Amino acid sequence: MNLWLPQATTSAAEVDYLILALLLTSCAILALVFGLILLYMIKYRAGSDFDRGAPDERTWRLEAAWTVATLLIFFGLFVWGADLYVRLFQPPSDALKIYVIGKQWMWKIEHQGGQREINALHLPVGRAIQLVMTSEDVIHDFSVPAFRIKHDVLPGRYETLWFEVNEPGTYHLFCTQLCGTGHAEMFGEIVAMPAPEYQNWLEQNGAAETLASAGETLFMRYGCSGCHGGNGAGGRQSGSTVRAPALAGLYGSPVPLTDGSIVTADDLYIRDCILSPERRRVASYPPLMPSFAGQISEEDLLKITAYIKSLTPEKLP
Amino acid sequence: MSDTVIEAPEFAEGTASYLTDGTTLRSWLLTTDHKRIAILYFGTITIFFFGGGAAAALVRYNLIVPQGMIASAETYNRLFTLHGVVMVWFFLIPAVPATLGNFLVPLMLGARDLAFPKLNLLSWYLFVAAGLVVLYALLAGGVDTGWTFYTPLSSAYSKSHVVAAVTGVFIAGFSSIATGLNFIVTIHRLRAPGMTWYRMPVFLWSLYATSVLLVLATPVLAMTLLLLSFERIFHIGVFDPALGGDPLLFQHLFWFYSHPAVYIMILPGLGVISEIVPAFSSKRLFGYKFVVWCSIAIAVISFLVWGHHMFVAGTSLYSALVFSILSYVVAVPSAIKVFNWIGTMHKGFVRFDAPMLYAIGFIGLFTMGGLTGLFVAALAADVHLSQTYFVVAHFHYVMVGGMVSAYFAGLHFWWPKITGRMYPEMWGRAGAVIIFIGFNLTFFPQFFLGYLGMPRRYHAYPPEFQVLNVLSSAGATILAVGYLLPLAYLTWSLFYGERARANPWGATGLEWQTASPPLTENFVSTPTVTEPPYNYPPPEVVQRHV
Repeated sequence: MNLWLPQATTSAAEVDYLILALLLTSCAILALVFGLILLYMIKYRAGSDFDRGAPDERTWRLEAAWTVATLLIFFGLFVWGADLYVRLFQPPSDALKIYVIGKQWMWKIEHQGGQREINALHLPVGRAIQLVMTSEDVIHDFSVPAFRIKHDVLPGRYETLWFEVNEPGTYHLFCTQLCGTGHAEMFGEIVAMPAPEYQNWLEQNGAAETLASAGETLFMRYGCSGCHGGNGAGGRQSGSTVRAPALAGLYGSPVPLTDGSIVTADDLYIRDCILSPERRRVASYPPLMPSFAGQISEEDLLKITAYIKSLTPEKLP
Repeated sequence: MSDTVIEAPEFAEGTASYLTDGTTLRSWLLTTDHKRIAILYFGTITIFFFGGGAAAALVRYNLIVPQGMIASAETYNRLFTLHGVVMVWFFLIPAVPATLGNFLVPLMLGARDLAFPKLNLLSWYLFVAAGLVVLYALLAGGVDTGWTFYTPLSSAYSKSHVVAAVTGVFIAGFSSIATGLNFIVTIHRLRAPGMTWYRMPVFLWSLYATSVLLVLATPVLAMTLLLLSFERIFHIGVFDPALGGDPLLFQHLFWFYSHPAVYIMILPGLGVISEIVPAFSSKRLFGYKFVVWCSIAIAVISFLVWGHHMFVAGTSLYSALVFSILSYVVAVPSAIKVFNWIGTMHKGFVRFDAPMLYAIGFIGLFTMGGLTGLFVAALAADVHLSQTYFVVAHFHYVMVGGMVSAYFAGLHFWWPKITGRMYPEMWGRAGAVIIFIGFNLTFFPQFFLGYLGMPRRYHAYPPEFQVLNVLSSAGATILAVGYLLPLAYLTWSLFYGERARANPWGATGLEWQTASPPLTENFVSTPTVTEPPYNYPPPEVVQRHV
């Protein structure tokens, strides 16, 4: 029986220290509770003639003491757990993005270079990785115990999760949110390798085109370019009769909406605009764009988004 | 009443009691006597307990080998869903309030019956109807979504009988609300002369807090399940993103009920223990007012912690921080109660009859359940531990190790009062010890399984988890024996047990001032209360008695 779980990420040891602290606190409290119960069971058993003296009448000091002590200990544990969580919540800006799609009952992985995997994820050690995850159907959960990470994968949303692996190896990937009959089969492996090997792997499994270039093909095929123009130059500039906003340089920039609010164009915003353009329409543009809901798969959405992200005003002719 | 507290008046043997007042089936099925309704509930939940337990036994049987002993994942998923639904809504929630509570609330208050006797009977019929609907769902093919019914799995993808199951739970909710309402009104209106709020036993305070939760939280569950059914039947988009809904909305609504429901399950147990520890320590409850207000505090704060079920679900960073600290705050009153029970034993005259052994087992297991709750309230630790067997072990320590032990403690304590018979003491003690050992053997290994990453709700698992799973399943066989023992010896005692005196434990409380079993009218004349609760005599008096 092996009770050791590999600490494969930079934060795994920190999580283990927190769990150890919780364990030690618990053991101390348990020892106190069990110790006192056992002691009183023996010392104050009905048959013992140990002198009890007068009963304690004033209890509030004791009550206040153990209330405050418990609160302080709990507050310390809260701060420890929260501090680590906050740090784990925020990815570094240079993280390598890998896309994850959950569906009943498999994990589909899309790399930036267009490499695709099912129920396996190859990644480099020593580099921050950010997973951008969505689901085609029900809620799944991407969990890697050796990394001490876990996050639900929801339909209709992009959830992210980041980590940096520092031990090469092969690790279990579990789905930990009940997702139907095949829940336990939604099982995969994470292969972490040194950067040069990872480069080799990418090249050997190289796809004909990157995510973004595959997205460009789709951008044409779904007719996006008809209104938004080639290279996302925008409707008017490209001579189209339809007025549609320019997409070059859109990603990460603020967008004024018809209701007066301003949103930052992130993955989810772009996805929403494709699937339900009415919901958050750009100010001063007419409601002409049709909804593509139910017509574009999650993979194609990722590719089109990758293409839109790759567009910059400088690339325009 | 100084010494008479302990030596209650004796009643002539063979006098009429609520048990002999009408012996036809009709006299039971149409009764409005709270004591008889308690017995009806008791029979019903016992069936559910062993039904849900059988499902759990099959779950543990399946997990003996990595590939699963039961061939199909469909069957396995239906088994654990059945186990969860039955145990949560048809055993744990009604367990203490509907049986011991129904029986004892009027007796402890010095009242003739609950405020609304017919509503009380109706609540039992609703409960039975709900049970039959769930039984239908089971016979028709079962449900495979887990007891949490997460959307969009339950509303759009599951091919099992979700609507029938949630209809059953929906109906059971009304039974809960009726019971809660009845208790609240009864405690406000039907206290005997002199029974001030601060003279009420903690058991009544606990049931009062529980009732408030039942009345306020259960309607939210009803709405949520109704919306879920509408989405499943009419495809109205509420939770399914494909229909424009939000799956996290379901989780928020579900846990807004289900976290208070955790306290609906455990608060009555805390009340039971607060009666038993003073009785078997022959000493006043330490810090009575603190214990009382801790119950109320738990009830209030329990409404503010639901988000801790969603730390990895995709809620915001700030909500996670707020719900984490509130989860630590709600643990404080529970910890205070544990310290007060230990304080009660201090300088007491501790006897180890079966109820006390169950109660001590409760304190140990509940403390472990509470402490492991601190692990999953710590955000970064929760990320690793949530949705694994660690969580399974944690809530079973609270719900089974804690709550079921408290239920058995109370059952043994008031058994002489309810049935007029003593249970066999040595068998009772053996049962308490076997359950404690079997429980720990079953669930302690699951903490390690969870830390190592074994996910919940898996019918098959990687081979490295086998040893711990076999240990857990082996423990479950001992636990099963532990639960079957009381069924056997308590049934035996109904026919062959020694006749019980009015107050066999020398306990305080009005329920011990009337005959065992009580008259239909509860008391010959309405009692008057003149002293504080748990007014156990000072040490010298006790010493003389011993």
